Amino acid sequence: MKNWLNPRSALGIALITIALIALPFVVGAGGQAWVRILNFAILYVFLALGLNIVVGFAGLLDLGYIAFYAVGAYVYALLASPHFGLHWPIWAILPIGALLACVFGVLLGAPTLKLRGDYLAIVTLGFGEIIRIFMNNLNAPVNITNGAQGISSIDPVKLGSFSFAGKSELFGLTITGPQKYYYLLVLLAIVIIFVNLRLQHSRIGRAWQAIREDEIAAKAIGINTRNIKLLAFAMGASFGGIAGGIFSAMQGFVSPESFSLMESVMILAMVVLGGMGHIPGVILGALLLAILPEALRYAVVPVQQAIFGKVLIDPESLRMLVFGLALVLVMRWRPAGLWPSPERKRELAEVEE
Amino acid sequence: MDILLQQLINGLVQGSIYALVALGYTMVYGIMGLINFAHGEVVMIGTLVALTVSVKLAAAGLPIWLAGGIGILSAALVCMALGWGLERVAYRPLRHAPRLTPLITAIGMSIVLQNLAMMIWGRNYMKFPVLFPKVEFHLAGAHFTSIQIIIVATSAVMMTALLLLIYRTRLGMAMRATAQNPHVASLMGVNIDRVIAAAFVVGSALGAVAGVMVGAYYEIAHYQMGFILGLKAFTAAVLGGIGNIGGAMAGGILLGIIEAFGAGYIGDLTGGFLGSHYQDIFAFIVLIGVLMFRPSGLFGEKTGERA
Repeated sequence: MKNWLNPRSALGIALITIALIALPFVVGAGGQAWVRILNFAILYVFLALGLNIVVGFAGLLDLGYIAFYAVGAYVYALLASPHFGLHWPIWAILPIGALLACVFGVLLGAPTLKLRGDYLAIVTLGFGEIIRIFMNNLNAPVNITNGAQGISSIDPVKLGSFSFAGKSELFGLTITGPQKYYYLLVLLAIVIIFVNLRLQHSRIGRAWQAIREDEIAAKAIGINTRNIKLLAFAMGASFGGIAGGIFSAMQGFVSPESFSLMESVMILAMVVLGGMGHIPGVILGALLLAILPEALRYAVVPVQQAIFGKVLIDPESLRMLVFGLALVLVMRWRPAGLWPSPERKRELAEVEE
Repeated sequence: MDILLQQLINGLVQGSIYALVALGYTMVYGIMGLINFAHGEVVMIGTLVALTVSVKLAAAGLPIWLAGGIGILSAALVCMALGWGLERVAYRPLRHAPRLTPLITAIGMSIVLQNLAMMIWGRNYMKFPVLFPKVEFHLAGAHFTSIQIIIVATSAVMMTALLLLIYRTRLGMAMRATAQNPHVASLMGVNIDRVIAAAFVVGSALGAVAGVMVGAYYEIAHYQMGFILGLKAFTAAVLGGIGNIGGAMAGGILLGIIEAFGAGYIGDLTGGFLGSHYQDIFAFIVLIGVLMFRPSGLFGEKTGERA
């Protein structure tokens, strides 16, 4: 961190910047669908980093994380769509969504403070399902969420008169909607990663780590474990809320189906697979798990045709099958994740001896 | 009053299914201290195997009761093999890994099983064959069917058999010893690997029977049916005190009854604001309530801190 201005790191940063700028055009050559996949991958990075605060830093196993994403998404959908006839700008809604998600985070955290481990996982899972069931059913007697049909024609992100949806000409280049969102997401990702890095080594971050390692000892050295744990829930949730708002705007449509338990599970899998508590690992995990199933979607049909001459097996289930197996195998051979933090690696090595 | 009785009957039937599935969770948790997230999927496979076998055999001219019997038996065998394989592939290699790791492999296996089932049986809802003649009974204004009686009776028999296994056999003793302290148990000559595998196999067999019951009760089967069933059964296990065999049974039946009453009365209680489609919420509210106020469950021993 200290000498990041030396020539070699500067070169590295410059190369990464160029790569990040060029990426949507390179990927876009293969079709805009790929840019969209990339955007969702970045969105999953937000979510995985948010969950990493709760699970990785503070060691609180949360299986209902998608609920906060849902809250953020629905806040945006309700405040910027014809459903209620409201069309607020994004900079006004995102903080509201983050704040509300934060409130829900504390609501979930407060009663579960005494629980730990698997029990906490199950309670949070139940909480996530309750939120989803309410979204599915809050269309009668007062129509708030429009039930299972969801809310459609949600406003895209707009800054002034510049809309992120649709094509536009910029500096002589044609930029498509997904590509514009890509840049927005990358900028946000940089901010979020920076916040996470600073958080990890801050006083709060160290307090989280202390709680994760030994809660009683943490209490004994004067950490207010209750507040610090609540803070982890609240901060993790607010990241989820922000991601949800952007999801809503990007997608233009939300329905309870997007917020199933399977999504929570996927995000947790990203965190664990990448390496809990290690920010680069978590980012890697999120990118891999978001892109791999999509890549498989494009791979399974041609591969089958090459081998059997026709499509024998439903590609949708085949790709999920491969994905499930990959999860199992990776965890078997790298139980600490693909890219664990150095300290964690050392701890595991000690256990094995 | 007749509604009360009716809900009680429905709850009892649903609850005995939950209880059978819950036993699978609780046995594994009691011995290994981990949640077997793929158990619901095992139950689903059980239902679908029984469906296919009995439909095929009935079409080949066998009487339906025989076809159904063979169907249940083959479902139990397939699920036992599945449970054994699951333990071998997803859990045994990770017994000393960080605590979250087996959770992820369980999730992975769950995805694998669900998609395998989708490949084999397709995405559509399937009609489960009528294995038993459906006779309706009326009692004090409530009505129930022969299938409901069979479900409750079968699960009572299965649970009794399980209790005998746990408390009257050497294997059961080994299981209880391992649950108390695996290390010491192994010093006493208990083969831990075998005991754990046995817990998975027995739990899966119970799950297969429960799966057939679900199919026979709702007369429908689907590759996604295992998930929510598993979740509720897990709730039942926690409600009764996870790791506690009797607790899982009581918790399952209690949860079934709570759900039935909840769904039956929520409309009246909230003045029509919330309807019976909120039924699924009760399981989770019960779960959160139990964990907040009595984390060891209704019958679990007080263990201060777990995991």
